[in-house]
Amino acid sequence: MQVKVKLFATFRKGRFKEAVFEYPEGTRVRDVIEELKIPLKELGIVFINGKDASLDAELKEGDVLSIFPLVGGG
Amino acid sequence: MPGTRLLLRYIRNIEAITEEEQERIFKAHVAVVGCGGLGGYVISHLARLGVRRITAFDPDVFAEHNLNRQLFSGLSSLGRSKVEVIEEALRDINPEVEFYGFKGRFQDFWTDDRGDYTVVIDALDNLKDRRELAGWCRAKKLPLVYGMVAGWYGQVGTQFPGENTLDKICHLAGKEKGVEEKEGVLSFVPAIIASIQVAEAVKIILGRGELLRNKFFLIDLLDMETEILAW
Repeated sequence: MQVKVKLFATFRKGRFKEAVFEYPEGTRVRDVIEELKIPLKELGIVFINGKDASLDAELKEGDVLSIFPLVGGG
Repeated sequence: MPGTRLLLRYIRNIEAITEEEQERIFKAHVAVVGCGGLGGYVISHLARLGVRRITAFDPDVFAEHNLNRQLFSGLSSLGRSKVEVIEEALRDINPEVEFYGFKGRFQDFWTDDRGDYTVVIDALDNLKDRRELAGWCRAKKLPLVYGMVAGWYGQVGTQFPGENTLDKICHLAGKEKGVEEKEGVLSFVPAIIASIQVAEAVKIILGRGELLRNKFFLIDLLDMETEILAW
């Protein structure tokens, strides 16, 4: 299945802004993040098709996965 | 004051807001939690708008590494309490402001009383304190405008009692500091985010306009992209 992955802010460094990937059925958000070598502790929020999602959410054909780092300064 | 002429210092606020609305701003009491990058700009805006009661909390003194972005920092203020320096500056910017500055963490000063705050603005620098502040606002039924910055990136949102977008946007977070630890913060980012936070606070005071409720605004000033996430 094809999933569009969009990265935000620092997660773009050395990676990409957005790209379409082919994943096997049953792929979860966590698998994508691990494959992209994004440290889990840097995660802020993950959206699937504009809706808040958990790391264990299963992706489906045509999903848009948006991954944001934690931004916490003041 | 009804029937009296509006001070010339506020005259350029009028038409964007009415004189009656300016009165509401005069009567508002805003709490600003943190007096660093965001807090400095937030307090400056509030004072110039005519918010006559501002309560602020910060335990720190100005340090050299603040000079790249913190509005009230300067060579003469290094080593001095942020709250004290801001109090002095406000006497020059707008002596009508009653500034209640607390030198310490906000948790040491919160009471069972909700205070008479119209709105609370988060200008903290870590997630743990921000969550505690959100919990306090929830318990005391106070609206909270929160903001976060790192590098070229800023985020802002507003939550009213019963709403918990702040928890939603950081529920995956495994630590208390974000990418700002590696990225630092560029000066224009807190300036922009603080400005949006104050715009939100003014709309809450006036009960007018569209708020970032159940929404979360993000800006990336490097790639010049904005996003609004909505629940």
